[in-house]
Amino acid sequence: MPYATHSDAERSAMLDAVGVADPDDLFDIPESVRFDGDYGIEARSERATRGAVEGILDESPDLTEFLGGGHYDHYVPSVVDHLSLRSEFLTSYTQYQPEITQGFLQALFEFQSLVVELTGLGVANCSMYDRATALGEAALLADRVRAASGETVLVPDDLPVRVRSVLENYADGPGIAVDTYPTAGGTVDVDALADRVDDDTSMVYAATPNARGVLEPDLDAVGDLAADHDALFCVGSDAVALSVLEPPATYGADVVVGDAGVLGLPTTYGMGLGLFACREAFLRQVPGRLVGASEDDAGNRAYTLTLQTREQHIRRERATSNICTNQAWLALRAAIHAAWLGPGGLVDLAEECVTGIAETCERIDALDGFAAPVYDGHHFREALVDTDAPAADVVDHCRHAGLALRTVDDGGTERLAVCVTDTNRERVDELIDALAGYGGDA
Amino acid sequence: MSQDQRERPDESGGASDPPHQQTRWYAGGQYEPLLSEKRSRTVAVESSLPDDLTRDELTLPALAEPEVSRHYTRLSQMNFGIESGSIPLGSCTMKYNPSFTEDVAAHRGTRVHPLRADADKQGVLHLLYELQETLAAVGGMDAVTLQPPAGAAGEFTGIQVAKAYHEANGSDRSEVIVPESAHGTNFASAAMAGYDVVELPSNENGRVEVDALEAAVGTDTALLMLTNPNTLGLFERSIEEIAAIVHDAGGLLYYDGANLNSLLGKARPGDMGFDIMHFNLHKTFATPHGGGGPGQGPIGVVADLAPFLPTPQVRETDGGYETYEPAHSIGRVHEFVGNWLVLVKAYAYILRHGDEGLETVSETAVLNANYLASRIEYDVPYGPFHHEFVASADADAGDVAKAMLDHGVHPPTTKWPEIVDEALMTEPTETESKARLDDLAAAFNAVAATDPAALAETPTTTTARRIDQASAARNPRLSWHALDAESE
Repeated sequence: MPYATHSDAERSAMLDAVGVADPDDLFDIPESVRFDGDYGIEARSERATRGAVEGILDESPDLTEFLGGGHYDHYVPSVVDHLSLRSEFLTSYTQYQPEITQGFLQALFEFQSLVVELTGLGVANCSMYDRATALGEAALLADRVRAASGETVLVPDDLPVRVRSVLENYADGPGIAVDTYPTAGGTVDVDALADRVDDDTSMVYAATPNARGVLEPDLDAVGDLAADHDALFCVGSDAVALSVLEPPATYGADVVVGDAGVLGLPTTYGMGLGLFACREAFLRQVPGRLVGASEDDAGNRAYTLTLQTREQHIRRERATSNICTNQAWLALRAAIHAAWLGPGGLVDLAEECVTGIAETCERIDALDGFAAPVYDGHHFREALVDTDAPAADVVDHCRHAGLALRTVDDGGTERLAVCVTDTNRERVDELIDALAGYGGDA
Repeated sequence: MSQDQRERPDESGGASDPPHQQTRWYAGGQYEPLLSEKRSRTVAVESSLPDDLTRDELTLPALAEPEVSRHYTRLSQMNFGIESGSIPLGSCTMKYNPSFTEDVAAHRGTRVHPLRADADKQGVLHLLYELQETLAAVGGMDAVTLQPPAGAAGEFTGIQVAKAYHEANGSDRSEVIVPESAHGTNFASAAMAGYDVVELPSNENGRVEVDALEAAVGTDTALLMLTNPNTLGLFERSIEEIAAIVHDAGGLLYYDGANLNSLLGKARPGDMGFDIMHFNLHKTFATPHGGGGPGQGPIGVVADLAPFLPTPQVRETDGGYETYEPAHSIGRVHEFVGNWLVLVKAYAYILRHGDEGLETVSETAVLNANYLASRIEYDVPYGPFHHEFVASADADAGDVAKAMLDHGVHPPTTKWPEIVDEALMTEPTETESKARLDDLAAAFNAVAATDPAALAETPTTTTARRIDQASAARNPRLSWHALDAESE
């Protein structure tokens, strides 16, 4: 065992103390279920292990990505790694003993405060797994708090299948139905939604930016429709977009879910940091961990996990959620990243997500065979592009230039999707060159 | 064993750790101030977006990088990780996290977007495939999904898979049976999936009461969830009989992998008759717990259940790997593949150890728990236990825990499982040396010898003194906004 701690003499002394000759004698396992085979894994030195794993990882080519679609890349400053990797943070666990874990508790309290500031809502928890599971938890919250017995959650028709599928699994237990309402012209079709919302609706969900990258212009009206039917209004967004957007609470959001991993977490194959905030009225129905301020015996402010009677380890089958281990360390990283940026830096970063995609669309639109963006409205990070050639062919063509793009099934039409942030903006020239080399009539 | 293996320690494993005083900055009724109290700034939001889309202003801390660094460095010093000292939290498996796995996770090849085409993410798919296959071998399972982002998410996924399986067989079952000593997540996950939870009492030996199980099992039984060894560290010796009872009634058997650290190389849930299991990669395979996550909770299933696993799965093709959707997939439980970097670290840990190293992990974990138990004066009512044991304090277990903090160690899990009075659920793990186990025993015994009335005055060596939990819940203040509102 590579991390052995006992010398042979110590091991013997310990075996003597417990009265067995061999550690195997301590295993109280019937012979019939003993395992006498092997897993077939050969031990390796640290160096050889690194070589083996990194060798596998190197099988993915180095590409410039313009992907997006729910997982976004922003530059993460070095301090985030260096501070979060301090072992007192990294190798600790849930703060069951708050007196000796004040540091992490305070960092989580600061993360909750950041989310409260961004959403305008009264309560934020200290994380969910990702934006999709946060949406699932929101649907369950709506089911618990809504006075009437409605059990349908309405989601827009552009909600990615990946997210909807997670929501459907969460909704399955209590028998919540997930229904679709239409979008028109790239954003919520408020009139059509008005026809859909009724007293059976427990929650209406809308995202801004939405899946097409468009900032929803009329969420007030969506919130009003939800409120008219005593349904919860759940808004999806992310921590960078919310730095410039109107706080959802001001237009009637009861719950905000989304991704906070846009801070502190670079591209990592879809790892997420689920953001969850809601109105204070739902405090005792919030899923997940909450850190609160209190006092210690010396009369000093101190932090602790609180309202734990909502949680599975106390309330078991009556808990508000089964979540235990969450994304605490990523919340710490997001908080450090936000502190490093400060409010001005956050606004600048968000603004870059507005101007970067707008400029890119303008340049693409100027090329023969392309029209961008497909939809009117202000975009954030990403946009859809119309191509004269099949979008999949355009993606293949760009791939030969070392650029990764994707297509999206946009209501039956396959379209090109482009995502631009601070980390790939300087590579947009290459994208334009690649597209220009692939004229629409090619 | 590997060629550059560091030498084992020599004869002397080292002396006791010196006493611990945790760092504290203190002034004016608080420890390190909040970032917002150090320096906040309100910026007017000027954007190229129209006013009706944007906020007017944003108020957040605004500090220069040196101040940010000092703030978080101080917070880290007011925290206690496995490199600070022992953390024998039962069922949490707080073992040393090898540093090199962080470097592997930082390798450029991990920085891949999940929406790349399969051909452009072969490195990722290859690793996912190898880890799937390896976990299947460790669990004795036929197929594995890596997707669930935590142990509780694994439970939920497993229950959804079981539900889909029963439904596909035209069987409408409404109950999940859970032993009373099970982790709280078992109850919560079953309820979340819409099942009625039937609680199973333990027998006088701390194990499943087979007669009670026979009485509880029926045509409504979808699943029995079991931890083995259970939360008392006891192996359910009747596991084959238990499996037969559940299977005969058409139910399935779920294995909670929280205690898998005691079985590596010794036994596999699949061989015991379990149909579904989850792995806690952050426990058994040593990925850092990060102050409460991220973890990862892959599940393994027997062949009959494989078509119901979440999508996408990864399989081998001619010369590569591809994703695919299982025939009757339940869909997704995470938008992508969960906590990818945790998967990378766990895979590196497994390769580093190999078969022999992993078996030694479990042997040492079990030896350490037994050795520690033999050294402490509190009663340990049930046995023989494996990698963890539950001692019974003769004082309030919460007070005992606070007093242990003053001895420089993190206390065990307290007051749970409730089957033991004033429970101290203790799991030292394999990476504690004999000297550290002796320190832990000394901490237990010093507290046992302390007047129970004096325990209430502890802790005194930690950053904060005893914290008032009741007022935190009675008067919830969950953000600096709430603190500001209160002081106005």
